[in-house]
Amino acid sequence: MKFNPRIIAFLCNWCSYTGADLAGTSRMQYKSNVRVVRVMCSGRVEPTFILKAFKNGADGVLVCGCHPGDCHYQEGNYRCLRRFLLLQKYITQMGIESERLKLEWISASEGKQFAELVNSFTETISELGPCMVKEQVNTLT
Amino acid sequence: MYTEESKPKLKLAVYWAAACGGCCVSVLDVHEKLFDVISAADLVFWPIALDTKYKDVEEMPDNYIDLTLFNGAVRNSENEHMAKLLRKKSRILVAYGSCAHMGGIPGLANFSTKEEVLYRIFEETESVVNPEKVRPLPECDVPEGKLELPFFYNDVRSLSQVVETDYFIPGCPPQTERLLEVFIAIVSGAKLPPPGSVIGAGTRSQCDECVRIKTENKRIRKFYRPWEIIDDGITCFMEQGVLCMGPATRSGCGYRCIKGNAPCRGCYGPPEDLNDPGAKMMSAVASIIDEEDPEEIMKIIEDVVDPAGLFYRFSLPVSLIRRKIS
Repeated sequence: MKFNPRIIAFLCNWCSYTGADLAGTSRMQYKSNVRVVRVMCSGRVEPTFILKAFKNGADGVLVCGCHPGDCHYQEGNYRCLRRFLLLQKYITQMGIESERLKLEWISASEGKQFAELVNSFTETISELGPCMVKEQVNTLT
Repeated sequence: MYTEESKPKLKLAVYWAAACGGCCVSVLDVHEKLFDVISAADLVFWPIALDTKYKDVEEMPDNYIDLTLFNGAVRNSENEHMAKLLRKKSRILVAYGSCAHMGGIPGLANFSTKEEVLYRIFEETESVVNPEKVRPLPECDVPEGKLELPFFYNDVRSLSQVVETDYFIPGCPPQTERLLEVFIAIVSGAKLPPPGSVIGAGTRSQCDECVRIKTENKRIRKFYRPWEIIDDGITCFMEQGVLCMGPATRSGCGYRCIKGNAPCRGCYGPPEDLNDPGAKMMSAVASIIDEEDPEEIMKIIEDVVDPAGLFYRFSLPVSLIRRKIS
């Protein structure tokens, strides 16, 4: 059976979710592998959310926020960026490929970019294959 | 008539699984109060101090022991057997110390597989000469009969991942004063908190009660290892750029490390309602970095040499991603 990746996307309410909405209202087609969770700001995305997603079987996690300087809350996206970079270092240590966690800036007008991002990220994860976290964390040997 | 003498004594057991022995020593650290302890309790099983055998414990009726302090993580089949046995024989089973509570230092072995651990110990270590690559086997036939060793597991587990655990007393080792408080509460018949609670510790974070001076404006451009900086002795470690586990660690230890001018290591585990201290710590550390350019942030993060080992020093087996994925 062909591997169908499960991707969790955390989209900020003010830019990225609206951008994804634009992709939809513009009837752009993109891969249906992504499950979107709307958050008020990318700065709201705690490392716990991302680790929980992996633990519960996500093959990839996508975080999208407003472009630098455009955050509705001044600097939430910068916080997100710093957490993301530290978390990348941590997940690499834990044996999770860093490509499985991606941070991108999507503005409210970038519906096309969002569709392309989802397609390319799904492609990357398909090539990487299933994430083994859920399996290995839930079986004790 | 009911007298002090006729009052049945409490039956107390202390056991070590995958532990260093420090927890048992912390029990001995009650010093002269030990007389109060033994006047109120009979020690029925304590491998570090008494010669009670496993088979003696097996012969005890179920729920015979009133209180068992179980320290150490579950690393091999012997640890698991004793955890299950003591659960059956004890009325109250307490995970005593960081290893039983969260996996502790032995839990760091979850960064490696069983094969990697055995290879390192029996083949690679600089002081080992083992040309025949001999490894310990769970069973071995010798002329005198069959010899058995406990089976070594791939994963290290905390006590509550193996058996139902009534209470947790955190710490590496737990502060002896906290143990005495708990012991006195049990002896005096005080109402105990609901099973599954952490006892002998606070509920808030270290930072909430820390004596060091903190300001609201935490902005860090460089992280230091503790030996790279001269600590001023009064300012918050984090504000000086030294990573301190205080924000994601439970209070109640008495700040021995911080009073000794060393940053918190996180042995008391996460505060109430927080299950993954490392993730919270990453969140906190990332928040105080004073930089917005990705490349500059990367340079600052380079100083956090080993985030997984530092932030999950005592809690890897109970964290969300509880072992290295291979």
